[in-house]
Amino acid sequence: MEAFLANFNVVIDGFSWTIRLTAISAVFSFALGIVLTAMRVSPVPLLRLMASVYVEAVRNTPLTLVLLFCGLGLNSALGLSFAESVEWNVYWLAVLGLSAYTACFVSEALRSGVNTIPFGQIEAARSLGLTFMQNMRLIVLPQALRSVIGPLGSVLIALTKNTTVASVAGLGVQEASREMKLMFDQGVVPVLPTFIGFAIGFLVLCLPMGWIFGTLSKRMAVAR
Amino acid sequence: MTATSLVALENVNKHFGDLHVLRDINVTVERGEVVVVIGPSGSGKSTLCRTINRLETIDSGVITIDGQPLPSEGRGLARLRSDVGMVFQSFNLFAHKTVLENVTLGPVKVRKKSKEEAHKRAMELLDRVGIASQAEKYPAQLSGGQQQRVAIARALAMDPKVLMFDEPTSALDPEMVQEVLDVMTSLAKDGMTMVVVTHEMGFARRAANRVIFMADGEIVEQNTPDEFFTSPSSARAKDFLSKILTH
Repeated sequence: MEAFLANFNVVIDGFSWTIRLTAISAVFSFALGIVLTAMRVSPVPLLRLMASVYVEAVRNTPLTLVLLFCGLGLNSALGLSFAESVEWNVYWLAVLGLSAYTACFVSEALRSGVNTIPFGQIEAARSLGLTFMQNMRLIVLPQALRSVIGPLGSVLIALTKNTTVASVAGLGVQEASREMKLMFDQGVVPVLPTFIGFAIGFLVLCLPMGWIFGTLSKRMAVAR
Repeated sequence: MTATSLVALENVNKHFGDLHVLRDINVTVERGEVVVVIGPSGSGKSTLCRTINRLETIDSGVITIDGQPLPSEGRGLARLRSDVGMVFQSFNLFAHKTVLENVTLGPVKVRKKSKEEAHKRAMELLDRVGIASQAEKYPAQLSGGQQQRVAIARALAMDPKVLMFDEPTSALDPEMVQEVLDVMTSLAKDGMTMVVVTHEMGFARRAANRVIFMADGEIVEQNTPDEFFTSPSSARAKDFLSKILTH
């Protein structure tokens, strides 16, 4: 236990990277998820098709493959680079992969939210003369979002844990589970307490997310 | 048909699959006119009402509003729709917005009025329909009759050229029908151009300039309410009236 505590700053550092990966990926996947949802309910058949193909393709690909593709495919083979330093380059590649993947789940959640809105409200907005984009922004998405806060919380929790894949899937990104593995490799820490310590770390991150989203979901619910 | 008719439908046809729901509809609505559309369910009267702001597309024919043909999509359609007010059977208020926000949304976002101006006008309209005191409530906190009156205020806030009512009292509890009809009657008296699909024969007699009777997707006959209700000329209208007026 002492060895684990002696490495506590390493643990904290690992989790700080986990939080950074999660937060930035959450922002991007949320933004992309909204765009995908708008495309999927748009009146333009081509946009609907493109969004559906994207979501079905990426959602049904293992995250490990998505992240490997970012590292080996985009970076090594195609030469896509986000930063000079290796550390930041792999960080942004991981953010790209995690966001591209998580956006599909955000979009699926939002789309189920869109389906809860009575179609009459959309017709009423149309008959007031609102354009498609205004209808999305003012009527559809605000209500869709409020009805799927709970599911979006689950998506965020999944994203938090999925950041651990970023270090094993060829990218070697700094994050909590990588620090754990490095500690094991150095052989300086006892295995079981370390596992438990890191697991508790993830609990500390994820449990409040569940509470916060659960509470928000109740508070923001639209009465019908 | 005259060039100045506010609403004009010319040879309008529509199918739902194999069902021919609108058959060669030719009808005009003049400024200030109150037209009530009645007929058995499935006769196409709601569809007719909904085609006028293109909530339903048509297969053939021409619809013009104030001389302008209805655009098929885009901003042109949105602009034309903003001139055609619509009141629905199921109210369709925006559930996440207050009564006041429901009424100011269109004027601010579509008409680009200032918030203050839209707010002032909305309160006048809510006062007119008798719900000014509920302005800060959400739709779910109101009764059906109150919600429908808000929906009427929301439509009026756009200063529409014509107001369409698609069975506005059919989803209401009986004791709330009158409060909505009262608002509609007063609008009719004030010269608002209205097309009303309804089963309220009392309203048709009292407020309509003209009654259109539809059956099986066709306009079977149209006349003044007095003439229509006392001496309908078609067998189908006689049959329909005998069913609804005897009890």
